[in-house]
Amino acid sequence: MFKKAFHQGLKHGIPIGLGYFAVAFALGISAKQVGLSVIQAMMMSMGMIASAGEFAALSLINEKAAVIEMIVTTLIVNMRYFLMSSSMTQKLSPKTSFGHRFFLAYSITDEIFALSVTVPGYLNPYYTYGITLVSSLGWTTGTGLGLVASNLIPEPIALALSVAIYGMFLAIIIPEGKKDHFIAKLIFISMLASGLFSITPVLRQVPSGYRIIILTILIAGLAAWIRPMDFSEDTLQDAPEEEDVRILQE
Amino acid sequence: MNPGINLSLLVISLTIYGIRLIPFLFFRKPIKNKYFRSFLYYVPYVTLAVMTFPSILSATGSYVTGTATLVVGLVAAYLFEDLFSVAISCCVVALAFGIFF
Repeated sequence: MFKKAFHQGLKHGIPIGLGYFAVAFALGISAKQVGLSVIQAMMMSMGMIASAGEFAALSLINEKAAVIEMIVTTLIVNMRYFLMSSSMTQKLSPKTSFGHRFFLAYSITDEIFALSVTVPGYLNPYYTYGITLVSSLGWTTGTGLGLVASNLIPEPIALALSVAIYGMFLAIIIPEGKKDHFIAKLIFISMLASGLFSITPVLRQVPSGYRIIILTILIAGLAAWIRPMDFSEDTLQDAPEEEDVRILQE
Repeated sequence: MNPGINLSLLVISLTIYGIRLIPFLFFRKPIKNKYFRSFLYYVPYVTLAVMTFPSILSATGSYVTGTATLVVGLVAAYLFEDLFSVAISCCVVALAFGIFF
């Protein structure tokens, strides 16, 4: 069962890994400009796996920021991971051993989180580890390659790969919206609000990291108030083995 | 005081890991409050929707390509529901439009 979940994770990690590869490539180019070595850049990507977080890290290093400034800026830019980790704790079976929490924490990125928390039933940590392995590989090698060979991949292909992540996001949320019309409305309102946010004067200058946090707290909070879910019936159960991980509909 | 590249990388990596780890150590049991738990349940849908739109429109540097990618992504997600097919459909459209626009 571990093996199956892990394999399923590896498979689902492929589009993430591809998308990460393209974004990391750009990151590697920036890392070169800041003066990092290949080893340093790859260590950075392996240690942080965070897109906006790493671009921010590079600019902090470039500005020769003080330690306090580094910590504060990093906290702000990556605050959404706090929400995501909190959300993921509720997907863990009480039987999941404590040690998994340390590895799952490492795996919290937008994409890996998204796949992991939308599986039916409890989360099998090995599913997440499968995704993380492929994603982290794409992310780290992409960073290294971007640094040493920025002309290796033609730009149109790199750009096209970078939309893989959005396709995946849509594939995660839209089917839920099909099943539950409240979720469909939630998605629509979230996109609308995000769009308005990005064109409204003043608000549009808010960095996207903040926009994500502000809108998530506001809209998910409102949704919880309008339609609190009934969890008393044990909505989260040990899923039968077949449904243990997201079933591919091929 | 500036700590230099290696130490900076270490400090920032540990800070990011800390942000990710703290909730795992803090929320050890299922949350009983139904409002808070519902909030956490809705978080991914809102977050992903906000991250997708409007960023997808400008991701390739062309709004025409971006809009085409969004439309194809929405339709493909509705029809296939499969991550890989939807992601690849978006890439193919982005590449095809990218060549012409």
